[in-house]
Amino acid sequence: MSGDAFLVVALLADATVRGAAPLVLAALGGLYSERAGVVDIGLEGKMLASAFAAAAVAAITGSAWIGLGAGIAASLLVSAVHGVACVTYHGNQVVSGMALNITLSGLTAVLGNAWFHEGGQTPLLGPGARFAPIDLPGAVALKPLPVVGTIYDEVVSGHNVLVYVAAVTLPLTAWMIARTRFGLRLRAVGESPEAVDTSGVSVSATRYRAVLMSGLFCGLSGAYLSIAHHASFVRDMSAGKGYLALAALIFGRWRPLPAVAACVLFALADAVQIRLQGTPLPVVGVVPVQLIQAIPYVLTVALLAGFVGRAVAPRAIGLPYVKDR
Amino acid sequence: MIRAWLARALVPALSLVLALALSSVVISLAGENPARALTLLIAGAFRDGEAVGYTLFYATDFAFTGLAVAVAFHGGLFNIGAEGQAYLGGLAVALLCLGAEGWPKLLVIPAAVVVSALAGAAWAFVPGWLQARRGSHVVITTIMFNFIAAALMTHLLVNVLIKPGQQSPETREFATNTWLPQLGRSPLNLAFVLALLAAAVVWFYLWRTRWGYELRAFGHSATAAVYAGIRPARMIVVAMSISGALAGLMSLNEVMGFHHRLLLNFPSGAGYVGIAVALMGRNHPLGILPAAILFGALYQGGAELSFEMPKLTRDMVVVIQGLIILVCGAFEHALRRPVERLLLARARG
Repeated sequence: MSGDAFLVVALLADATVRGAAPLVLAALGGLYSERAGVVDIGLEGKMLASAFAAAAVAAITGSAWIGLGAGIAASLLVSAVHGVACVTYHGNQVVSGMALNITLSGLTAVLGNAWFHEGGQTPLLGPGARFAPIDLPGAVALKPLPVVGTIYDEVVSGHNVLVYVAAVTLPLTAWMIARTRFGLRLRAVGESPEAVDTSGVSVSATRYRAVLMSGLFCGLSGAYLSIAHHASFVRDMSAGKGYLALAALIFGRWRPLPAVAACVLFALADAVQIRLQGTPLPVVGVVPVQLIQAIPYVLTVALLAGFVGRAVAPRAIGLPYVKDR
Repeated sequence: MIRAWLARALVPALSLVLALALSSVVISLAGENPARALTLLIAGAFRDGEAVGYTLFYATDFAFTGLAVAVAFHGGLFNIGAEGQAYLGGLAVALLCLGAEGWPKLLVIPAAVVVSALAGAAWAFVPGWLQARRGSHVVITTIMFNFIAAALMTHLLVNVLIKPGQQSPETREFATNTWLPQLGRSPLNLAFVLALLAAAVVWFYLWRTRWGYELRAFGHSATAAVYAGIRPARMIVVAMSISGALAGLMSLNEVMGFHHRLLLNFPSGAGYVGIAVALMGRNHPLGILPAAILFGALYQGGAELSFEMPKLTRDMVVVIQGLIILVCGAFEHALRRPVERLLLARARG
């Protein structure tokens, strides 16, 4: 492989990592909620809430960390509303999630416009108010090395802290779900809430915890968009990422590693899509940019339809638990 | 009997009040006076004949998309793709109108009804088929189809259908023989009458035909329906196609009735409003029509409102719409239970 082609691949991998981080965080967040039996189509809305709150607070305080805290708080608040609707009031979970998505899409635009007077955008963040790339130890020293040095420098090093947080959440989530008491109860509540109830564990409390975990993760994901990947909030900036994350979760059959792999696949498709814009392809020539941008969405439909077949969802997903049923 | 009707009307009314109360909080947060904003909103929607015409014009869009979402709901399906289905319906209408120069109006209008319904149905058929045959969740696929429709239409309008020598991505104006007759001086047009007809047809289909009964039975309990000999795959595909056809018809109002050309993003959220309208109208045509008029008023009033209070953009209407879906849909039981208990206590005492 020539050096140039290798660099292209390394850059593509780098873009994939950056694009995958918010998807991974949101998909793993959704995993907690859905494995506990609560449909989480509101990933999109929670990401938007967090992206807006994080950017707004970071712009005012000048601190990325306070912004992150605000983003997580906003996302937790949204998931708490979802929890009350779905767990306490046995509401329709898909409707609740969509309602929150629509509300947040409008709310962030209205408040952004009213507070910052920039057409729904938040002010551009300065250096301290967003998460800067971190050079991992040895990145500069290893750079001259062929292959390994380039991979380490381009792909592994030089991301912001939230990318590394996303990387850590995978083993953490896998461990929590599979090996802890909380994880066991969470899975049980999603498969057979009656059994959990009979054993004296509160179904509602477990589901609330799961829903709030999703809020926490979506908070990280949304903040990543506005104060790490970009330097301000732009209206509707999640642009369907919450839905893609949910599709990745389903495609990964509600298991951590396959779900993350699907996220990486979507991010790769997006990175390729951006690279392909304006480049002539063999046979078809230059494909219009608008059609290329649809690749991740078409891929989602194709994956859901073609390769998963019938995914086996948690048995009690979408069903409110009513004791006297 | 009276109690049931009262509960049916009271719960949506209370939901509206609650949603408006929550919206007032948002308006205060944005730094405006909620009472004044809501007054402006209502005044903007009903000030004069023209304002009412606009209100009913928007209501026409929402009646179609509301009926679309409701038919799918009766089949136990959540069609979030009305937006994309309407968009594709608009494409079909535009292609017909561009080619129908010189046709008699009496031929163009029925042809447009057919092609818009077919295009919308086709765009909904695919997610329906994928749900029925491959088990891919219709909620996610319809959302993806909205994104794909948007990309496809942007491509077509920017690169293919754009009027030559023009910057903004839209087609040339259609010949006047393809315009829907207007009712009065506002953009209110024949599509409004078609929406009323569609509501009547949907009512007849759902409650007076065997097919409608099958659909409702399937939506109520898929397992019981299977025992009754109803084929689930067929029901899903049929419900989605009818739903898509209704969403496609919405484009008649915008494309043929008002703009007389195909514009970028002309459904502008009507597909999502349809969800709110269907939920608020309890999935019944008699509920959907008033709910559609309510949302028409919100849209028309919202336009006036953002003119008077620039801080409150039209996104404020999106907030109100989201809150109504939340209160009517997700917190349905939270409101209905106390209302029913109260009415029950009244009836006894």
